Parts: sequence; C-alpha cells; structure tokens
Amino acid sequence: MNRHLLSAADLNRDDALLVLDTAEELARLADRPIKKLPTLRGRTVVNLFFEDSTRTRTSFELAAKRLSADVINFSAKGSSVSKGESLKDTALTLEAMGADAVVVRHSASGAPHRLAHWIRGSVVNAGDGTHEHPTQALLDAFTMRQRLGRVEGLHVTIVGDVLHSRVARSNVLLLHTLGAEVTLVAPPTLLPVGVDAWPCDVSFDLDAVVPKSDVVMMLRVQRERMHGGFFPTTREYSRRYGLDARRMATLPDDAIVMHPGPMNRGVEIAAEVADSVRSTIVEQVANGVSVRMAVLYLLLGGGMAEAVESAA
Amino acid sequence: MSSARPRPVSGDPAAARPVLDAPDVGRALTRIAHEIVERNHGADDVVLLGIPTRGVTLARRIAQRVEGIEGRPVRTGSLDVTMYRDDLRMRGVRPLEETDIPAAGIDDSVVVLVDDVLFSGRTVRAALDAMGDLGRPRAVQLAVLVDRGHRELPIRADYVGKNIPTSLRETVHVLLDEIDGRDSVLLGPAEEAR
Repeated sequence: MNRHLLSAADLNRDDALLVLDTAEELARLADRPIKKLPTLRGRTVVNLFFEDSTRTRTSFELAAKRLSADVINFSAKGSSVSKGESLKDTALTLEAMGADAVVVRHSASGAPHRLAHWIRGSVVNAGDGTHEHPTQALLDAFTMRQRLGRVEGLHVTIVGDVLHSRVARSNVLLLHTLGAEVTLVAPPTLLPVGVDAWPCDVSFDLDAVVPKSDVVMMLRVQRERMHGGFFPTTREYSRRYGLDARRMATLPDDAIVMHPGPMNRGVEIAAEVADSVRSTIVEQVANGVSVRMAVLYLLLGGGMAEAVESAA
Repeated sequence: MSSARPRPVSGDPAAARPVLDAPDVGRALTRIAHEIVERNHGADDVVLLGIPTRGVTLARRIAQRVEGIEGRPVRTGSLDVTMYRDDLRMRGVRPLEETDIPAAGIDDSVVVLVDDVLFSGRTVRAALDAMGDLGRPRAVQLAVLVDRGHRELPIRADYVGKNIPTSLRETVHVLLDEIDGRDSVLLGPAEEAR
C-alpha cells in the first residue's frame, strides 16, 4: 500500500483485497471480551474534520482507539480555523505535535492531496468535497462480500445524486478494481461532467436496472450542496429515482440495499425499504469500524518499510 | 483468510539437510499427544491453540491423536499473534492470519499453544499477550515440534518434538504435508541475518 489513502484509485486489486481480508479478521474483535489490540500503542491519529460528520469521525475514532492509538479530534468549529488559520498552518501545527496519521475531511475536493505534501505522516481521506471517500467504498465492498460472498461479477447499481457524491466516485473506482459491474442511475442534471470516462454504465431508467441488480446503493440527495434547480420537486425525484417497496419487490431474491447515510427517508429511500431485511445500512456502520482499523493498521502498523512481508 | 495458505519457505530447501523425516515427525507428535494427556490427567480441559501457519496444522494433528487416545474430541483453534508482535515497527506490515477460538472460550481451561519452531521466544510472548485479551486460562503450556535454542526471553516449552542445536547462521524449515506436500524438518545454511 501507499503511505497515504487519498483515493480509491490508490488501491490495486491486491491492496484492496488485503484491506478487506484484514478487516475480516479484525471484525471478529467485536465478539471478544476485550475489544482492543495493542498494535498502534504510542501512535497518534488526528481526526481533522473541516466538515460536519458523525458517522465517519466516530468510526475513525473508535477504530484508532481499538488499535490503542492516541486520538485527537479536531473540528473546524471552535479551533483556530475559525480565526482564519489556513489548512497548511493547521497541518504544520499538527505535524509539530507528532501526528502519525491525519484523517481529514474537507469541503474542498483535493484538500487531502495538498495535505499529503505538507506532512510526514500518513494522510487518510475521510471525504473531500464532491471528490472521494475511499474508506466508505471499502466498507461498502466489505459489506457486499459479507452478505453476498463476493464482489467480483456483482451487478451494482448506484442511484441518485452522483454529481455531489464522493461515495459514488470512490465506489465506482474500487468496485471496478474488484471486478464488479457498476451502473449509475441518476437524473441527467445530477451526473458529473465526464462521467462517460468512468469505468461504469449510465442509465436514466431505474425500473429497467433494478431487476438486474445484486446491489442497489442509494445516495443521499445533498441539498446543502445544491445551489440551483436540479430537479423540479422532491416528490418527482422520489417517484423516478427513489427506492420504494414496489421497486424493491422487483429485485432478485438475495439482492441487498445499501445507503452510505445519513438517509433522507421518504426522498431517496422509503422507510419500509430502509428497515427491510435487504437493507445493510446498520451493518455498513459496524463494518466501517473494522475497515478503518484495517486501513490504519496497514498504513501505520509496520515500520517505514512498505512491503508486505510474510511472517517468519 | 485460509489458515492453510502456503507461505513460501525462505532460503533454498535443496541446500538443506533433513534432520527429521516424515515418520519422525509423526512419532514426535504422537509422543507429544501422550504427554499432554498424561500431564493433564486427560484432555477434558485442554484447548489446543495453534499459532499460524504451521502451528495450526500441528495443533490439528495433535488433536486427532489425543482424540484417538481419549476417545472424545479436543477443543482446537488458532491464535494469530501478528497484532501483538514486538517487531511490527521494525518490519513491513504483515497480513493477519486467522484467529479462531473455540466457542466455549478459554476461561479456566488448560491452553496448549502449538508452534512449529521455538527460537527467540518472542512469538510465544506475543501469544501470551494475545491470550490475555481473550480470557483467563487456568494454565498455559507450550508444545513445539522443534526447539532450536537461542532464546531471547525466559520462555521454555513443555512438550518438544525434537531439540535441534543450531547456530544463529542456520535456518530451520518445518515442512508439513497439508501445506508443503511432505513432512520433513530441514536444517539449512543461513541465507540472511534474522
């Protein structure tokens, strides 16, 4: 693996499988009386969150703590950032405090890449703007493997606000690496420019795609990023691109429904779908901790050597 | 991950000299099985925990033999110690192996750790730490196929298949049928400093 995890494209097939296999072993920790490993004792992980998050921040925090790392939570509110400190100065401050890894979320796409040039430690992208969210893609792939036994050859349909979604981009890249076939379904206004260059298919007709899907991943409609009319009304969006019980009934028998959270019940996903047995939404959260432990272990667990050695 | 995933043997096995052949390995394991039963007055409380990769295979074989002696199955599992090693920071990151603890847990049982080669003792130390997070066995014992000496910690084995005096420049390879296609213990010239 590289020193940083900035994009799902940083991971080749072997790296991605190593993360998933490692996460699978670490997931067993949840059944033990002591849910903690000493591996990252004395290492410091900084959660640098310039954007609101509950799930991802607590997930990374728990992951780092379960590996015995020291965790510093830093959010833009109530820090010197609100006094006008730049990303670079914030980074250098954290560096001076000896951060071994910085987990960063930022509203600007590319912020983690910039950060990676300024600090010596590892940088983990926990979501940058509308660009990428690689650990979410990893935990989604992990969840698919757990439920369906494999990722390779699966038909995965990603539905909704692709334009503003970092989850969609990371998932398309990672799932392609792992050999799944991805179809994006969205209104034309919510597809990014250049989507034809992505390694996936695009459709505008959800009803036609759902019956052929092993996995349907619903994306949140990100109203906070929408400055303009992307669709006429929420009701119309929901009717054409939302997953309700009627559409869910056309899914193949063992197909699953995923959502990265937070959900807008009644907009992109109906409540009865979110609470159905097909829904993996709660599992995704639990798996997030295991996958993030695996990422932190693989980035920080070794010395400076990057090669994966077999135990002697 | 499959615990039986083959790990390449380092060095050149062709240049190495066999010190135990297949029947020797079998006899050593049979003797260890008898010793475990004798010392623990049966095997009801015994849990055999193999340290991946080859320790797991050896634990299963010893379990079969103990079952043959006692007439009932022995609890068997595997214990990955990677996350507890003291040399993680000195070496590259390693993939994890399988940890599989019997459903009844290890509290109040007699855990017999099983590994292929006992060398510095650091792996066993890591295993003792790992076990501390899993439960509290009544006692912990150690079974190894080969004790090659050169301990760096105050650790000794309770059951030893064969003591093989070695120099630090030599390597010991344990080959097992399930993983390597044949049973043998090879003593070879060192290829690199450990």
